[in-house]
Amino acid sequence: MSVFDGLKFRNISSPIHKIDPRAKFIYVCVLFVISVLFNQILPLLIIFLLQIPLVIIAKVKREWLRLIRGSIFFAIIIFAMNILSLYFYSGQQSLGSIMEYALAMTLRFIVLVESFSIFFLTTSPDMLGLSLEQIGVPYEFCFAFITAIRFVPVLAEEAQTIIDAQRSRGLELEGGNFIKRIRNYIPILIPLIVNAIRRSLEMAEAMESRAWGASKKRTNIYTLKMSGRDYAFILISIIMLLISIYTWLFIKIPSILMS
Amino acid sequence: MGQNGAGKTTLVKHFNGLLKPTKGRVLIDGIDTRNVSVATLSRKVGFVFQNPDHQLFSETVEDEIFFALKNFGFDERVISERVDWALNLLDLTQYRKTSPFMLSGGERKRVALASVLAWDPKILILDEPTIGQDNYQKERLRQFIIQMNQQGKTVIIVTHDIEFVVECEPRVVLMANGKIIADGEAKKILTDPELINRSSLVLPEITQVFLRLNDFGFPSNVINIYEAKRLILERLSGGVSK
Repeated sequence: MSVFDGLKFRNISSPIHKIDPRAKFIYVCVLFVISVLFNQILPLLIIFLLQIPLVIIAKVKREWLRLIRGSIFFAIIIFAMNILSLYFYSGQQSLGSIMEYALAMTLRFIVLVESFSIFFLTTSPDMLGLSLEQIGVPYEFCFAFITAIRFVPVLAEEAQTIIDAQRSRGLELEGGNFIKRIRNYIPILIPLIVNAIRRSLEMAEAMESRAWGASKKRTNIYTLKMSGRDYAFILISIIMLLISIYTWLFIKIPSILMS
Repeated sequence: MGQNGAGKTTLVKHFNGLLKPTKGRVLIDGIDTRNVSVATLSRKVGFVFQNPDHQLFSETVEDEIFFALKNFGFDERVISERVDWALNLLDLTQYRKTSPFMLSGGERKRVALASVLAWDPKILILDEPTIGQDNYQKERLRQFIIQMNQQGKTVIIVTHDIEFVVECEPRVVLMANGKIIADGEAKKILTDPELINRSSLVLPEITQVFLRLNDFGFPSNVINIYEAKRLILERLSGGVSK
């Protein structure tokens, strides 16, 4: 299981999975706004902790933890970059406030990863496409979008097979200088691209023989309907947003490291 | 041999170190696969993948064969000899300067095979080699496998094509659900209806005939067409003389 499984849909049944994708999307947008709004530790930490129950309810703890663990590497880079740039360019600030700011930025990154992870773990590509369609995005674009998402794991698996096949022919991927390393990947990239093109042509033919695009107006087996629960979820999201904006405008947030 | 998902490909991927055992060890020529690189092992163990499109990338068929030979560090003269030899062996000389992507499925498969055979590995693994090959090419492949075998080389074939296997009469390993369920001579294993059924195969046609003739005193474990002919002739002449 790779880190990216934390962004891949898990087909299980949970209350979070059942929420309308549009409602979840609004929730993710709200979280995005909130985490960009604040640059102090406390609110970001609260947002981070608030989402953990959602992860547990959605039964995707394992995948989610793995993604968070994977993102720690980037988190450390963000942390270090912030400290360095603040230390060298901002002059008179104290070390404590620099630390606090860097930590907050790191936390912001993790909160963003966390919310997107919850969204993608609990929303099937089909539902996502359906909701795009019902928002009014032309079907061709929805289809391209869903197909792109769906083919990521297929391509990943295929890349692995190609790597295996070329290694069996004596290709060594490690070692050599930078140019050599890039050249090493040519025998892997060419089959991958050629196969992707070939497959898309075949898919186009298969789709056309199944009358794709025959009628202007398509009908769907499933239609998304917002239920009371979905509206409640949106309402909660909006309330969260309002509270945050209020806090941001009128309340001085206490610092954690500096008191 | 065995049904889809029985673990055949997974098993053979251990033979050139693409997969390393999590428990136990795999010895190739006395060398533990965990201690050497895939490239080193591949020099000994040639692996032809099922789908040629997973390995073809060069501009010409010739370059495709050239690729592995260069990786293994053969010198120029040997390389050009080996390329000629492999092209000739698999009937590809006319396509020498053609792009592998322009060839048909069966031809691409042969290019993939040629590109591995070129470095003359001691052990050869073929994953589903008969798919997309016409009868003539299958026959050539069979002749070639028998020939390699006579040269003291090991050929391991992963396949569902029981008629193809039967004529070679090799050692057969049957797999199901990740386990080896039978291992022995083709004559013994491929004529066992219960084993064949468990691995989702179909009995060889000759065996099917002889199983039905069992009531008339014919043996049921016949897979060789010449043996079948002899048995029938014996019976026929016996009948006449009575």
